[in-house]
Amino acid sequence: MEELEQTIRLAAKGSKPMELVIKRERAFKINLRELWSYRELFYFFAWRDIKVRYKQTAIGVVWAVFQPFVTMVVFTVFFNRVAGIKAPDAIPYAIFSYTGLLFWNFFSNALLACSNSMVANQSVITKIYFPRIIAPFSATIVNLVDFLFAFLVYAGLLAYYRIVPGVSGIVLFLPMLLLAFVAATGLGLFLAALNVRYRDVRFIVPFLVNMFLFLTPVIYPVSLVPARYQWILYLNPMTGIIQTVRAGMLHEGMIQWGMLSISLVGAIFAMTGGLFYFKRQERSFADFI
Amino acid sequence: MTPIIAVEGLSKAYVISHQPKAGYSSLRDDIAALLRRPFQPNITQGSERETLWALRDVSFDVQQGDIFGVIGSNGAGKSTLLKILSRITYPTEGRAVLRGRVGSLLEVGTGFHPELTGRENVFLNGAILGMRKQEIEKRFDEIVAFSEIERFLDTPVKFYSSGMYVRLAFAVAAHLEPDVLIVDEVLSVGDARFQKKSLGKMGDAASSGTTVLLVSHNMAAIENLCSRAMFLEQGRLRNIGETTEVIEEYLSFASTVVSADLAERTDRQGDGRLRFTRVGLRSGENGQYSDVAQCGQDLEIVVGFTCDGGLKQVNASMAVYTPSGQCLIVLDSDMAGANLDSVPRHGRFSCRIERLPLAPGQYFLNLFCTASGETVDWVQNAATFNVEAGDYFGTGKLPPPGHGGLLVPQEWSCDEDESSDARRSGMTLG
Repeated sequence: MEELEQTIRLAAKGSKPMELVIKRERAFKINLRELWSYRELFYFFAWRDIKVRYKQTAIGVVWAVFQPFVTMVVFTVFFNRVAGIKAPDAIPYAIFSYTGLLFWNFFSNALLACSNSMVANQSVITKIYFPRIIAPFSATIVNLVDFLFAFLVYAGLLAYYRIVPGVSGIVLFLPMLLLAFVAATGLGLFLAALNVRYRDVRFIVPFLVNMFLFLTPVIYPVSLVPARYQWILYLNPMTGIIQTVRAGMLHEGMIQWGMLSISLVGAIFAMTGGLFYFKRQERSFADFI
Repeated sequence: MTPIIAVEGLSKAYVISHQPKAGYSSLRDDIAALLRRPFQPNITQGSERETLWALRDVSFDVQQGDIFGVIGSNGAGKSTLLKILSRITYPTEGRAVLRGRVGSLLEVGTGFHPELTGRENVFLNGAILGMRKQEIEKRFDEIVAFSEIERFLDTPVKFYSSGMYVRLAFAVAAHLEPDVLIVDEVLSVGDARFQKKSLGKMGDAASSGTTVLLVSHNMAAIENLCSRAMFLEQGRLRNIGETTEVIEEYLSFASTVVSADLAERTDRQGDGRLRFTRVGLRSGENGQYSDVAQCGQDLEIVVGFTCDGGLKQVNASMAVYTPSGQCLIVLDSDMAGANLDSVPRHGRFSCRIERLPLAPGQYFLNLFCTASGETVDWVQNAATFNVEAGDYFGTGKLPPPGHGGLLVPQEWSCDEDESSDARRSGMTLG
């Protein structure tokens, strides 16, 4: 009788008898249904990061605008005025470099946030289960918000310089942002997993990011590099992204579809490799972190 | 009927490497090893590897609506078991099947962020525990009422007292309604009244069909709540069955838990003419060795030693410390009037304490010995032992955790204040 009652109660809870089997498993698989059921946690992690980011700062979101703007001013003064680097096609250097910075900052901050996401959520990871992959992805949402604010400045700069963006630029703007997101999280996933075992990553990543700023045409135009070596720059997805946006928005030359596809392959390679490594390491995170 | 939790042959191995810098691997070392032997598995050279079985071949079933207790000393594998069942870590062998929605509470307030307000943390913590946003919204008022911190709901939790923090955190956890609840020691937080409330909530959960797996050092809680229990020892299942029976075996657990390496310890002072070699605790009526003592039970502390012959005027002392470093009890052979003028080359000091007056908790033991006024051996933190809750006062009650480590026999009375003298002195006192 009691058993019957309990069975009824279980049924009344509306849940079909879920069965969770815990065992050693080595197969690589991504459980999309499970990820979907954890979408609210994804949202709460992102919400937490955004709240905390702006909570204790006096000028809050202004920082998201201030930082790229001042960097742009510094670049313009030193690289343009002092060092004499010119943007091609008579484009004002300020907006030339800001276009690069807009995407570069998103990429580098997302990469940093992503690679620190496992260690940053250490206290949660060692105490409760959730699909670990949520953390690196949700960590980058706050950078998208920053991007949005930095974009407002960009729109202001375009208006100031009276530049009418080309149709291809407007159409490709979001796909390029998506590509930057794929590249940053792909690489970030790999580094996040590596960071669990080797805290060296925490020191290496900021250093690498600083180095790569110079290997990406943010400060200088690609045309500064001899044409037959340019493809090497395009192995870095950010080169393709920034060049495409500049071509589309600022009418700097033509969109280099061939080169862009090299960058696309680079980004997809980063994502596949990152996902694979992350999933392979995932189960041992709590043992090592 | 099908058990809600079915565990078969569960094992978990950790590979530990004995390196000079234990537990820390650096990228440099691993890359170096990889370069040296690129086609072999990545094994850091010069390190010995040892497999440590944190859990070995554990099988058990828990039926629906049961509250199942897990007990065992530190390092027995309790936490590993909980972590496997909570899917934080994965078993090396064996499998576990959990039927229904699983909620696990290995800590109260997991993911609480100090900068966020109480209200915000309720949502964040709820989501981390696996509650839907809708669900949290629906129960929000209930959670707040249970926590008793309505007034501070919009204050960042970094300004909360630890009590408030724990109350809010537990309030969220208590409103989780899973089919299977996995709980670790979270009842040992908060003040006594709140603990009771939380225990009550847990009992309610079980009577409404939730299956609970509870790990605790609080034998009173296990005994009160659990119908069945299991006793783990060094990763293996030692006993499973009726709670009372399992607790009894646990408390009289006969392994000689001695710090065998005491002889090897180098962090000691004294001229070394006498050296402490091991410590053991004998507790209960049968006088078996154990690393747990129970308050109100007689306890004998036995300390083995070796020494050079001919020591005179030997005075042995032991001091019992709290983890925060406060000395609670000094046991001293001179002070107690014992004559230890001559001691054997190999022997042991024993000190018997009647009706152990220590409140439940963890304690440390320092050992000290002089001969003719000279320090011969002094070992700090020579042993750690746990005191379990026991019926010291014969009332089944103990002070709330964190309120005093010593228990004192006491007699209370209440009389009417009659004489005017007393009234006057009462007034001056007041």
